[in-house]
Amino acid sequence: IVHKLIKLQIHFVLLISRQGKVRLTKWYSPYSQKERSKVIRELSGIVLNRGPKLCNFVEWRGHRVVYRRYAGLYFCMCIDEADNELEVLDIIHHFVEILDRYFGSVCELDLIFNFHKAYYILDEVLIAGEFQESSKRTIIRLLSTHDSMVEMAKEEATSIGNMIAQVTK
Amino acid sequence: MNPFSSGTRLRDMIRAIRACKTAAEERAVVRKECAAIRAAINENDQDYRHRNLAKLMFIHMLGYPTHFGQMECLKLIASPGFPEKRIGYLGLMLLLDERQEVLMLVTNSVKQDLNHTNQYIVGLALCALGNICSAEMARDLAPEVERLLQFRDPNIRKKAALCSIRIIKKVPDLAENFINPVAALLKEKHHGVLITGIQLCTDLCKVSPEALEYFRKKCTDGLVRTLRDLVNSPYAPEYDIAGITDPFLHIRLLKLLRVLGQGDADASDAMNDILAQVATKTESNKNAGNAILYECVETIMSIEDNGGLRVLAINILGRFLSNRDNNIRYVALNMLMRAITVDAQAVQRHRATILECVKDSDASIRKRALELVYLLVNESNVKPLTKELVDYLEVSDQDFKGDLTAKICSIIEKFSPEKIWYIDQMLKVLTEAGNFVKDEVWHALVVVISNASDLHGYTVRALFRALQTTAEQESLVRVAVWCIGEYGDLLVNNAGMLNVEDPITVTESDAVDVVESAIKRHASDLTTKSMALIALLKLSSRFPSCSGRIKDIVVQHKGSLVLELQQRSLEFNSIIEKHQNIRSALVERMPVLDEASFGGRRASSLPNTVSTSNGTAVKLPNGVAKSSAAPLVDLLDLSDDVPAPSSSGGDFLQDLLGVDLAPATQSGTSQAPKAGTDVLLDLLSIGSNPAQDNSVSTPDILSSAQDHKPAIASLDVLAAPSNMMDLLDGFAPAPPKPANNGPAYPSIVAFESSSLRLTFNFSKQPGNPQTTTISGTFTNLSSNVFTDFVFQAAVPKFLQLHLDPASGNSLPASGNGTITQSLKVTNSQHGKKPLVMRLRIAYKVDGKDVLEEGQINNFPRDL
Repeated sequence: IVHKLIKLQIHFVLLISRQGKVRLTKWYSPYSQKERSKVIRELSGIVLNRGPKLCNFVEWRGHRVVYRRYAGLYFCMCIDEADNELEVLDIIHHFVEILDRYFGSVCELDLIFNFHKAYYILDEVLIAGEFQESSKRTIIRLLSTHDSMVEMAKEEATSIGNMIAQVTK
Repeated sequence: MNPFSSGTRLRDMIRAIRACKTAAEERAVVRKECAAIRAAINENDQDYRHRNLAKLMFIHMLGYPTHFGQMECLKLIASPGFPEKRIGYLGLMLLLDERQEVLMLVTNSVKQDLNHTNQYIVGLALCALGNICSAEMARDLAPEVERLLQFRDPNIRKKAALCSIRIIKKVPDLAENFINPVAALLKEKHHGVLITGIQLCTDLCKVSPEALEYFRKKCTDGLVRTLRDLVNSPYAPEYDIAGITDPFLHIRLLKLLRVLGQGDADASDAMNDILAQVATKTESNKNAGNAILYECVETIMSIEDNGGLRVLAINILGRFLSNRDNNIRYVALNMLMRAITVDAQAVQRHRATILECVKDSDASIRKRALELVYLLVNESNVKPLTKELVDYLEVSDQDFKGDLTAKICSIIEKFSPEKIWYIDQMLKVLTEAGNFVKDEVWHALVVVISNASDLHGYTVRALFRALQTTAEQESLVRVAVWCIGEYGDLLVNNAGMLNVEDPITVTESDAVDVVESAIKRHASDLTTKSMALIALLKLSSRFPSCSGRIKDIVVQHKGSLVLELQQRSLEFNSIIEKHQNIRSALVERMPVLDEASFGGRRASSLPNTVSTSNGTAVKLPNGVAKSSAAPLVDLLDLSDDVPAPSSSGGDFLQDLLGVDLAPATQSGTSQAPKAGTDVLLDLLSIGSNPAQDNSVSTPDILSSAQDHKPAIASLDVLAAPSNMMDLLDGFAPAPPKPANNGPAYPSIVAFESSSLRLTFNFSKQPGNPQTTTISGTFTNLSSNVFTDFVFQAAVPKFLQLHLDPASGNSLPASGNGTITQSLKVTNSQHGKKPLVMRLRIAYKVDGKDVLEEGQINNFPRDL
């Protein structure tokens, strides 16, 4: 996969379970569907097979993949060669801490059944592959506002439904 | 209502998929769900649209096609409510990428949402736009985004800033519209806005020189102040990481300062103090602090020179390098690599530590360190560095040996101070890791040996000694066999003895022994065996006492199932038996191989190998390429058949042109007058020049010798051996040609990995053309014993396969024994379809299971 990618901080984010199952993928650089599955296949092969005490960076097709393992999940971010790997480790950790606060000690199952929420959270941390917000509190507050708007819309829909039901009785 | 669409809830679908035990079950569940979703889409079902899209996203994540759901995203985005839009935009980002035309249709909805009264909906649109916007969308929507940079809510401003980055990267022309609003963002207090604003500013400076000039003049001081306030700020729990307030903001400020300071002394001056403060005061015991130091060092190294700061930066890298944390060491190696261009001396000081990193247990670190060492080599340290690396080669991991060997060879070729050193080092590498040495590298070695006439004796004796201890390294065997064939007499009579050598006693028969064992060695491949045959032919003339024995060895191969070997031994046997009178002329020592034309050919066949391989070919001839101007001159000296520009050394520009042209013109001009040597060279560049390899018809020496005796007698000394060499030339890359008579089929290498080789020999019972008996032989190429060895094979329906028990289940290391396995295949489509086979080989190495799989497609056609 040879790309003339525009310089971005982060080209893609991958969450892979220890069993090699994909839990989240976010592509900030253009990759075709075929390339995406190839990337996932290759990287899970590399990352899952690395020993525990090694550094958190692997070189891969002219890019660098920064990964960090949390329990059975590997969080991977692909960056340019000359970028700050150490900061990306902190970005991964930042994301994980927000997941943890949002779900209340997050586990893999949360990310499976609420995968869309994991994406919403990621969208508050990164846009266009660039870092967006360093305050976890701000992000949590935004997310709960979004969630309550969804709840309100649901309630409204049910109450309208009830009203219609009563009128047509 | 559609009976399917009410279907399962998202949660239930995920549960059902997770409960699947096999991939087939999962596919069935997904197929059913997809059918239901398609039906719902066709009926334009609204109630469950967002649930269906969520399901599709999950299915998409599993890797199934979901393109049919793309339009649903657009419908959801166009609906009025926040929940629908939220999931619609998520689907848009997940299921589509910027290359899909569907995106064009969404521009209008996004535009409306960017102007929505609900700020959260504006946020959704900005986020989606930032992630997937195409150049067309960027042009259409830039004014909206620009306006949103001044929106009242900071959360919208920060999203708009990141969205703007995407826009100016897609359409750099739009950059200038953003300059003014960004200048305002840089004064913000909200960290999110500040972080994104600084990032946008950095990217603006990169795409627009005007922007850079503007921000450098107007904002440098302000940014320095912001960084100072941040560094000195009191504890702020909201932003604190490991005792540092907002490292992300630190890092972005340092990045922007780097861009502003680069190439501008005033701006660099303005930031010196704060950089010094960050470099000295930042806590380095946690990752966050080190990430800031990383960025600070990068900035110091990039801005205009300030001696004191540079020393600080290099010292930080030194500390990084000796850190116990692998991450920090990895990063240090990378940064030192970039620092080399700024201050090579300072990096050289850390050479010993870097060399240690080459031996690290972490592959990532090893690889980085090796790259760095490679950059550190120069004429003065090449000897000790090479020694370290060669010593390490002995103990390094198998999977690192390839990289390491390539780098060592490259260093040796590039910086070799003298020929004897070059030969010594190459022999060491061949002995340790000959199997990893690329063909062109040992070809080059042979050329150098051929040119070093005073070292012929020394080299052949050294090779002989090396072979006594190691016989598993293919390319060592090849070079040794070649040299013994050429210089066997010097081996036996200890001619040209150097002071450093111990004399050895080698009898003629010892020398023949070595070559014989190379040809009999099971692991030897065709090239080695063919080279050994030629060496034997040469020795038969050099060592008359062994002539009879050599004849016997050659005769043994007359029945070889490999066509090339068979033909060669028939021909050589005939020369030995019938043509004593011309034999000695025929097998005279090869003329000195032309380094320049070999080098030129090599350089032109490897256009991408940086300047190193070019330099290599050029520098080696005299072995005294010390000054940087020397190689240019050398080439011109050597290639005297090239119309050299009449330069007097001082005219570098012209020399440079001469160098560029030389390899190209040379291959053209040198071919006619020097056809002889050129063909010889082909031997050395097996496979690198297909045009010549295969088009040269292999003259049938056997028949011409019998029928046209005068013809062969008239061949001049040069051409005769070279034609024979051509035999060697053609076969290596091409599949073995099927024998044109009789039921003898060439054997094939059915499978080969780094650790294992399987060869197949074929035979057929007369009268039963459909059935082939295959005798498979496994050879262990690694240095570990394989136990519990199990071989399985599978064939398509038109074939019938019968496997006999294997000869054993343990495979000794390094080719010291084999397992044989006989198979019987009956081809019901004989003559119509060729054989094909899948295989799976399982074994244990040190108690660890290894599984290798492969498919064999290179069966001879008519089996």
